[in-house]
Amino acid sequence: MSRKTPLYDSHVAAGGRMVDFAGWQMPINYGSQVEEHNRVRNSAGMFDVSHMTVVDIRGTGARDFLRRLLANDVARIEQPGRALYSCMLNEKGGILDDLITYFLAEDSYRTVVNAATREADLDWMNRQAREFDVELTEREDLAMIAVQGPRAREVVAGIIDAPETLSLKPFQAVVHGEYFVARTGYTGEDGFEVLLPGGQASLFWNQLLEAEISPCGLAARDTLRLEAGLNLYGQDMDTTTTPAESNLGWTVAMEPDDRNFIGREALEAEKSGGVSRKLVGLVLDSRGIPRTGCKVVCEAGEGEVTSGTFSPTIGKPIALARVPAGCGETVQVEIRKQRPDARVVRPPFVRMGKIQPGIAGD
Amino acid sequence: MSEIPSELRYTESHEWVGEVDDGIVKIGITDHAQAQLGDLVFVELPEAGDTLATGDACAVVESVKAASDVYSPVIGEVTEVNEDLADSPETLNNDPYGDGWLFAVRLDDPDSIKELMDADEYRDHIGET
Repeated sequence: MSRKTPLYDSHVAAGGRMVDFAGWQMPINYGSQVEEHNRVRNSAGMFDVSHMTVVDIRGTGARDFLRRLLANDVARIEQPGRALYSCMLNEKGGILDDLITYFLAEDSYRTVVNAATREADLDWMNRQAREFDVELTEREDLAMIAVQGPRAREVVAGIIDAPETLSLKPFQAVVHGEYFVARTGYTGEDGFEVLLPGGQASLFWNQLLEAEISPCGLAARDTLRLEAGLNLYGQDMDTTTTPAESNLGWTVAMEPDDRNFIGREALEAEKSGGVSRKLVGLVLDSRGIPRTGCKVVCEAGEGEVTSGTFSPTIGKPIALARVPAGCGETVQVEIRKQRPDARVVRPPFVRMGKIQPGIAGD
Repeated sequence: MSEIPSELRYTESHEWVGEVDDGIVKIGITDHAQAQLGDLVFVELPEAGDTLATGDACAVVESVKAASDVYSPVIGEVTEVNEDLADSPETLNNDPYGDGWLFAVRLDDPDSIKELMDADEYRDHIGET
């Protein structure tokens, strides 16, 4: 039996096609997923992301715990509301999950982890927490709505009467009454992710609807994040890949060199031995969409597509693919017995509504 | 509830067949099929002059979500294909039984389409009653 978020009835009322996702009944789309995608790029859309797992971390050992647990360093965010994107690694440097951590106050942090990895994450975090004076609390009482797109921030600030949210910088959050408003997202557009008590979620959702914010499903969320070059855990990375192999080397804080985070030794060994694979973007100037698992062939060897789709913004097929580190500028992708060329590019493909330089081609 | 015009014939793999002239039929995918596939973005069609046998994978419709083969419901020769779909594949979503037709075939045996499902049988097949 899969779980329902506080917005389940709102999704059904809006014509959402409900599917099981990581044990939750979630809307995959309401009407056309491409229209939903375009609304986010051109105006604003909203996503129910209440299935994501929110964990509050409190105690005098919270800072030391997170500096051990995460590959990025929470010492970088010591002002209230600052957020940090990080991988959580195992001892071998494999990625257990990617997550966002907010600094709330001294000895108080909040993390948001993926729904699909909830149990394994909680188990791992609780196990690591034993050595620290820290308490972990899952916040199942909270709902989460992501409002994304050029109109998003202004509309949210108006509805909850919180003009102070408009001065938030990217990756910064503020508490406004019972709302926790963060300038973060998973679409490549500006916007907010709003955490609020589950009992108030449908009221806020309806206020957003009245302000002509379109409900968007998981399908649009996936094409938006892929255009934005943002990895999906379990698809573009997992325990068998390291941050360097997942285009996330920039999220690992190797300095200061005495911070002994989990996986550090393995990443140091990887660095001295050389990284053999990398995650790149692909653009096809032909028809046919590369899908997860499609073989990628280049002079340096073979790789595979980790995520692929049709990019509504570019009007061409795009993908993320894990390929040999020595891969050149052109590869071939095996799509249903054909091997069209693909251009190797550096993600993101689209950011803030704009196709990035060198992506569109001819 | 999907639209299932009563004058057309249907296959289990969600193609429709409609008679347009003596022994000539148009073929497309059903409203149910387009709804399942979601936003269509690419269409690969056979060429005029191709001969088709029943069950031949003769076209591909690809949505953001998935690619799907289209199987010939009939035996005959392709007389015409819907070239407009190359530039506007979304027509398949918006008008699957009209402007979203895929290709036309001259049947070897004009009576053969009577063996295909009628609208009621197709409605049962997709579980809509």
